[in-house]
Amino acid sequence: MSDFWSRFSRNRGAILGLVLLAAVIIVALIAPLIFPKGPWQMVQRPFLTPFATEGLPLGTDTLGRDVAAGLAYGARVSLLVGLVSTLVALAIGVPLGAVAGYYGGWVDEAAMRFTEFFQTIPNFALAIVLVAILEPTLTSITLAIAIVSWPPVARLVRAEVLSLSKREFVDAAQLAGLSNRRILLGQILPNAMSPIIVMASLMVATAILLESSLAFLGLGDPNIMSWGYMIGAARTVIRSAWWLSFFPGLAIVITVLALNLIGEGLNDAMNPHLNRKGRA
Amino acid sequence: MKHLLTTSFLVAAATGAFAQEQGGRLDIVVQPEPPSLMLGLVQNGPTQMVAGHIYESLLRYDTDLQPQPSLAKSWEISEDGLTYTFHLHEGVTWHDGEPFSAEDVVFSADEFLRETHSRLRVSLNYVESITAPDANTVVFQLSEPFGPFINSFEAGTMPIVPKHIYAGTDYANNEMNATPIGTGPFKFEAWEKGSHIHLVKNEDYYLDGKPYLDEVFFRVIPDAASRAVAFETGEADVLPGGSIENWDVARLMEDEDTCSTGEGWEFLAPHSFMWMNNREGPTSDERFRQAVMYAMDREFVRDVVWNGFGKVATGPVSSRTNFYTDDVTDYSHDPDKARALLEEMGYDGEPVRILPLPYGETWQRWAEAVKQNLQEVGIEVEIDSADVAGWNQKTSEWDYDLAFTYLYQYGDPALGTARNYLEDQIEKGSPWNNVEGYRNPELDAKWAEAAVTLGKEERQKLYTEIQQEIVEDAPVAWLLELEFPTLYDCKVQDLVTTAIGVNDGLRDTWIKQ
Repeated sequence: MSDFWSRFSRNRGAILGLVLLAAVIIVALIAPLIFPKGPWQMVQRPFLTPFATEGLPLGTDTLGRDVAAGLAYGARVSLLVGLVSTLVALAIGVPLGAVAGYYGGWVDEAAMRFTEFFQTIPNFALAIVLVAILEPTLTSITLAIAIVSWPPVARLVRAEVLSLSKREFVDAAQLAGLSNRRILLGQILPNAMSPIIVMASLMVATAILLESSLAFLGLGDPNIMSWGYMIGAARTVIRSAWWLSFFPGLAIVITVLALNLIGEGLNDAMNPHLNRKGRA
Repeated sequence: MKHLLTTSFLVAAATGAFAQEQGGRLDIVVQPEPPSLMLGLVQNGPTQMVAGHIYESLLRYDTDLQPQPSLAKSWEISEDGLTYTFHLHEGVTWHDGEPFSAEDVVFSADEFLRETHSRLRVSLNYVESITAPDANTVVFQLSEPFGPFINSFEAGTMPIVPKHIYAGTDYANNEMNATPIGTGPFKFEAWEKGSHIHLVKNEDYYLDGKPYLDEVFFRVIPDAASRAVAFETGEADVLPGGSIENWDVARLMEDEDTCSTGEGWEFLAPHSFMWMNNREGPTSDERFRQAVMYAMDREFVRDVVWNGFGKVATGPVSSRTNFYTDDVTDYSHDPDKARALLEEMGYDGEPVRILPLPYGETWQRWAEAVKQNLQEVGIEVEIDSADVAGWNQKTSEWDYDLAFTYLYQYGDPALGTARNYLEDQIEKGSPWNNVEGYRNPELDAKWAEAAVTLGKEERQKLYTEIQQEIVEDAPVAWLLELEFPTLYDCKVQDLVTTAIGVNDGLRDTWIKQ
């Protein structure tokens, strides 16, 4: 573990990412404490500029709502959607890819054709269609994002399992008389975890972007304050009130960047042999 | 002295008339692209804006809703209010060169529109016969003195269509629908789908010297921000009401070359309100509905969401419509009264859903503001979401608690208002009728009486009583009399001169070079 940590911390970017993400998580957790009135309350005159009014550091939006409160509550939504949709996507992608890679033959064929069916439709288009059909609620949005994000997981896991199942320790396990299920779950999958974890951290970032894009297009849950919603609502006034789209945009950039940096750090830490950048 | 003053005023007006310059091209934004230009078949806003210059009706209306000549140069209404006689202009031709006559009017009103135009049918139900005693005279004989009938001769309500093209055909599938033939000041030239509709001057128009413009382009630009930019770059000369977001209206109006007017909506008088489901849930309790009225800060919404455009509605009738009264219960913002009413009814915190109108950011913000207002007095609220089709579905199938809408008034309570409150207008499948499910047989009788009462004062008395009682019941939550300012380049003159504005006004429009 300390080995892992020392390799991770050798990547400065990863540490920065971790700090940024921790900050976002803390803000999300304590949002109700700092802004007990919630993000929708109209607290002051609309269009107050940032850094001008006491108690409203980031100004107010088109209806006089506190932009800072919106950001804090938006963090909750972004992180929640990102995390849950990634877990769901893993729950679909990992078993499917593992079974396809391990058993091969017609199982593999069927699973991969099924995966390709989803891969041929552009992610975002499919997500829009799903949300539009299901009506935008937090659940349907999370589900839609999960449904469009699992195919790459399935393909990655399948490739990993394919290569691992040719290794000696698998032969050994088979000779020892272990069942296929136990070999897959107990021997192969644990060894395939590192690329999956790296991929998952990047998927959370993509999911946050997807959710924001959907909300931007007006396909967000209308009862939930999210960053994408804030930008979408501010789009019409971007020339007179820049801060309404700037701050939520910045929040998205920071969070997604943090997740990407962490992903890279994890990659360095878990695949030491790759040592891609030839760091000393 | 008084005489002298009048004369000099007339002289001034006459000189003004001579100054109108011929020629030029006008670019108007039309949003969204109309589905068809056959005004006899389709009467939605964009269609009317373009086709209102191709087709005409017998009358036009000025911004005080007073009838003015159009295809009819003069008209008489008999003492008993039962006989309407119209004298038509002579020498009028259709755009294809065929002569226009009273027979076309009889065909349009009695055959074509009776079949295709459901809104006009309400008026036509009072019409016993439509006859053409000679080629330039049309007589409408009514069975009862239906007062609002005089408001039925606007281009979108009774467009006159050519008998020689449509008689005996399947109207909806007539191939001439694609190249509309009317009597109006402009002729259809070309329609580049997704880009523009091109109209050219009708050289044979029956009014000397009119129209002044050589050609008109109706530009289709799908994005609101791009429409504002097109106006700023001079690519479009006119932004009709509602074509850009309110924030941009306020911003563009600051430019000194930009002129604006709120006129031109008197006939339609868009009136916004929330349907409140009178059948079930908390909204079925009158006290709850009154609480909603008191809880809403409608002035805030007018000032902030609508950038100061519009007027707080006092009841079902718009102040721009005939027979309006403001002598009704005053529902000014009063959260305490709202809380008291909720307490009295014993509201148990059952959540209500708000369905916003899916017409862009303004309406979404409005729903959010109302949600906040209602939550402040202790009402649990959730915002529903739906696209246009879903909104239609939910309101017309009564699957809502509170639902935003706005409807046109058509100049008279009997035409645009009564339909939302009469018991016989309760029917699933339409988002325009009595969607809230309000039942008041006593008032139904009064509405019916008011529609056919002779004399303005008598009608006013009945409509005042109706408004007073209905506002007390609060079957729906009246919001704002919407105002959609028309923005135009200041070189454009006489753009909005009628009660439907740019929907039929280009006949008199000219450009100062």
